[in-house]
Amino acid sequence: MNYYAIRAIYTFEMARTLRTPLQSFASPVISTILYFIVFGSAIGHRMIPVDGVSYGAFIVPGLIMLTVMTQSIANASFGIYFPKFLGTIYEHLSAPISPIEMVTGYVGAAATKSVVVGLIILGVSFLFVPLEIAHPALMMGLLMATAFCFSLLGFILGLWARNFEQLNFVPTLIITPLVFLGGSFYSIDMLPPIWRDVSMLNPAMYLISGFRWAFFGSSDVSIQLSVVVIGFFIAVFLGIIWWIFATGYRLRN
Amino acid sequence: MTAIVEVRDLTKRYDGEKLALKNLSFKIVKGEIIALLGPNGAGKTSLISAICGLTTISQGKVFVSGFDVQADYRNARSLIGLVPQELMLEPFETVMGTVSLSRGLFGKAPNPSYLRGILERLSLWDKRDSPIRELSGGMKRRVLIAKALSHDPKILFLDEPTAGVDVDLRRDMWRLVKDLQRNGVTIVLTTHYIEEAEEIADRIAVIHDGQILLIEDKRLLMKRLGKKQLLIELAEPIETLSNVLEELGVKLHHEGCRLTYTYDMEVEQTGIPEILGALKSEGIRFNDVRTEQSSLEEIFIELIADKTG
Repeated sequence: MNYYAIRAIYTFEMARTLRTPLQSFASPVISTILYFIVFGSAIGHRMIPVDGVSYGAFIVPGLIMLTVMTQSIANASFGIYFPKFLGTIYEHLSAPISPIEMVTGYVGAAATKSVVVGLIILGVSFLFVPLEIAHPALMMGLLMATAFCFSLLGFILGLWARNFEQLNFVPTLIITPLVFLGGSFYSIDMLPPIWRDVSMLNPAMYLISGFRWAFFGSSDVSIQLSVVVIGFFIAVFLGIIWWIFATGYRLRN
Repeated sequence: MTAIVEVRDLTKRYDGEKLALKNLSFKIVKGEIIALLGPNGAGKTSLISAICGLTTISQGKVFVSGFDVQADYRNARSLIGLVPQELMLEPFETVMGTVSLSRGLFGKAPNPSYLRGILERLSLWDKRDSPIRELSGGMKRRVLIAKALSHDPKILFLDEPTAGVDVDLRRDMWRLVKDLQRNGVTIVLTTHYIEEAEEIADRIAVIHDGQILLIEDKRLLMKRLGKKQLLIELAEPIETLSNVLEELGVKLHHEGCRLTYTYDMEVEQTGIPEILGALKSEGIRFNDVRTEQSSLEEIFIELIADKTG
């Protein structure tokens, strides 16, 4: 195992984040605060509690997931796409690095940034709503697993994209709608039956639901199912990345 | 002589269409400087890319120090340093940051004093904390070399390293390449500047249309394919050549002011004494006699022209 390579990629990526703290940390936090102001303070007190949880507190896991998912994809896709765009990827391809080491460095850094942002949002949320976390260890585990899972997806996207338009296409037109409609701001029990059934096809719903369970001990679907879904997507994404490196698809041609 | 790189029946086909390399086989000798010459699109960069792992190999094998670049890529690649053709650098990173990254990627522990030595040698130490976007083109080229040397490679691939650099930097690079060779590094160089190959290479490989036309010791190549020309500047112009001079192969140029005669350096009888004798007997006076040898560039152009018909 080339540990020095993993460390080099990880620290290089983290250094990039620290060079742009406003973009990396302040921007998602400010966006989330705005959500709290609008949905928590302005509208929240008019909403009925969901499963005994005030609406302001109810949206906290969804907001964290929304940010972690989108940030993970953005961080990881940009992290690997930028060297492709600049041409500096030549160095990674000519170095004695295995795909696992490369993924660990890039995805590890992207997931770390997202988890840090997620924890900052969690900290900020304590300022706005009374909040207790029923299963803190599980919450951390799911937070990291989700960040890892979506960073893998972002990494695939960055490898696949040929230009910045393609890089933005998937997050904007697929991921954001899935996350918004996956129960970030509502329980799917609030939906009419047909939309509830449609929501069951949304993978983001399982992740948000599982994360919410870690906070409140109740959710739309069972925690076991959420864990299985996360594990399934991690396995699928790892498989796709393995195939990309094995064939050199859009990488070594 | 030990081969540090061995290419066996290497073929590269892009996306199932264009054949960039056609069944190449050759060896690179440890410690030599070999120049790959060829016109644009000949396959020079494809060849380097295949050896260094930047592109997949469609068919054939490449060994670096006996390690298969595909099956045993870790050992093979750890011996290689690559300086790409384009100035591909992250603009917001510092010089030291990007060189440290390169060393780490090649599995070497951080070693600030070693990196300092490289940066000093390339006159980059004062710029170590500067963002790359603030450097000149020549400085960026040096940074690429520093990155390639950061893990102490045994073989260095330089893909047109002096493209677009000024004369001083080009000469600096040549000195650096010679220094590296003295320290045991094998150098593989692609270049459009044939003067560069003529100046620093030990061997020349000419690539055209994905095939190697020749690979040979530079001095032997120039002796074998090079021509020597005798130039005689006449004191007074003449209108025509005598039959004797014509039969000897002499040509009249520059409105009758210059005679030229192309001869083979390898043969014992060059014909020069006969020409000088004929001039004397015909009473043709001259002011200057000199010889010129064809350059590597002329040999290269002839080779490519022969191939393309």
